[in-house]
Amino acid sequence: MAHEHKLEIFRGLWKFKSNTQKIWGVLAFLCVVTAIEVVLGIMKPESLTDNYFLGMKLLNWIFIILTLVKAYYIAWDFMHLRDEKTSLRRAIVWTPIFLVLYLVFILLFEADYVYNVYKDGFVAWNF
Amino acid sequence: MDSTVATGSEENVWGGGNKPLGASYGKLMMWFFLVSDALTFSGLLAAYGFSRFKFIETWPIADEVFTHVPFVHGNFPMIYVAFMTLILIISSVTMVLAVDAGHRMKKNAVIWYMFLTIIGGAIFVGSQAWEWATFIKGDFGALETKGGRILQFVNTDTGERAAIADFAATIESERVNHEKKNGVWYYEGQALPSYSLNEVIAGVKANSNIQIRTEAIIQEGEGQGEKTLLSREESLAKLTDAVQVVEGANLIQNEYGSRLFADFFFFITGFHGFHVTSGVVINLIIFFNVVLGTYEKRGHYEMVEKVGLYWHFVDLVWVFVFTFFYLV
Repeated sequence: MAHEHKLEIFRGLWKFKSNTQKIWGVLAFLCVVTAIEVVLGIMKPESLTDNYFLGMKLLNWIFIILTLVKAYYIAWDFMHLRDEKTSLRRAIVWTPIFLVLYLVFILLFEADYVYNVYKDGFVAWNF
Repeated sequence: MDSTVATGSEENVWGGGNKPLGASYGKLMMWFFLVSDALTFSGLLAAYGFSRFKFIETWPIADEVFTHVPFVHGNFPMIYVAFMTLILIISSVTMVLAVDAGHRMKKNAVIWYMFLTIIGGAIFVGSQAWEWATFIKGDFGALETKGGRILQFVNTDTGERAAIADFAATIESERVNHEKKNGVWYYEGQALPSYSLNEVIAGVKANSNIQIRTEAIIQEGEGQGEKTLLSREESLAKLTDAVQVVEGANLIQNEYGSRLFADFFFFITGFHGFHVTSGVVINLIIFFNVVLGTYEKRGHYEMVEKVGLYWHFVDLVWVFVFTFFYLV
């Protein structure tokens, strides 16, 4: 790692004086995001659980997006990918993203198909 | 052959010693390992998603499974895992502070931050062990039908779940737990549940306020997203399907619902817990090296940075496990 750090997050909206300060700032942000997740998980607002997008509840989409946000800041600031060369960062990040999206797409479609097979009564499961 | 060497710049490119990615060999290898490990965890979580989508209408609701907090009675969904998440994030912060102190060659700060990181990791592993123990022990108990479906009980006076211990009748039975000192010592008899099937069935029949809750999640209308509650008549009829009493969860039975849920819980959180444990061990080794001054003599603290990457990765994985097991 280069010994100088990039000391701003949120595309420059939040600037820090030192690397240590940035670490505490990111911790505060991660705690806030986790708190939002926990509160939403306990309250489960109906407007979010009753509405669906691409076959999944809006609430679950929010959880997944917030998770990716947290993952971004852990990887970028704690694992200091932010300070690495662009080529290294891209090799590390896009390889798994591509493979995982591919796998998840295939598996979830297949699972939905199996669900329909069960539902249409070709297989008895409740006895 | 000297004449074939064209320019000095070409010599630089092919002459070796380049670092096109700006990272040392050790750090690159750590990143390669982390990418492959990330794919392993993704495979496990995707398989979990597969099973969940396959049984989307009967999958257990995590909020009803993980409701306990140590030393406190009552129903607190999510609180304890949120605490575990916080612990892991904070130990990640102390780790990154150790790396930062290492860059500035402050040996004592590295020692203290690594020590705190190890403590955080130990608290997390302990919490996970407690979570497992609670999950294995079970909560209310349930019946399992011939088709492997789970029937749980609700006390309609309160609307709360009813534990089989609260209503099961007591019937004298000749069956006792098989012990090694009796009979053929190498035979393992199946352990008896605290209440036999007949005792539970008699208990349901005797208590008119007990009704059965099935695994099916109500898809629309009133009570959407909750488990289906059978009427008293339906409950009594359903009892005839039951073949055994289930208490707690293991790889074969699961009182909370789908067996696959327990299997994936054990496998994924177990695999993650194994990573945390090995992370703590590796952190300990590096911690002692720091104390002994190995990296001070070497002139840089890159080893701390490398184990730091692994430790952050463990935190990163937990963020996803937390979402897919406890939130979604």
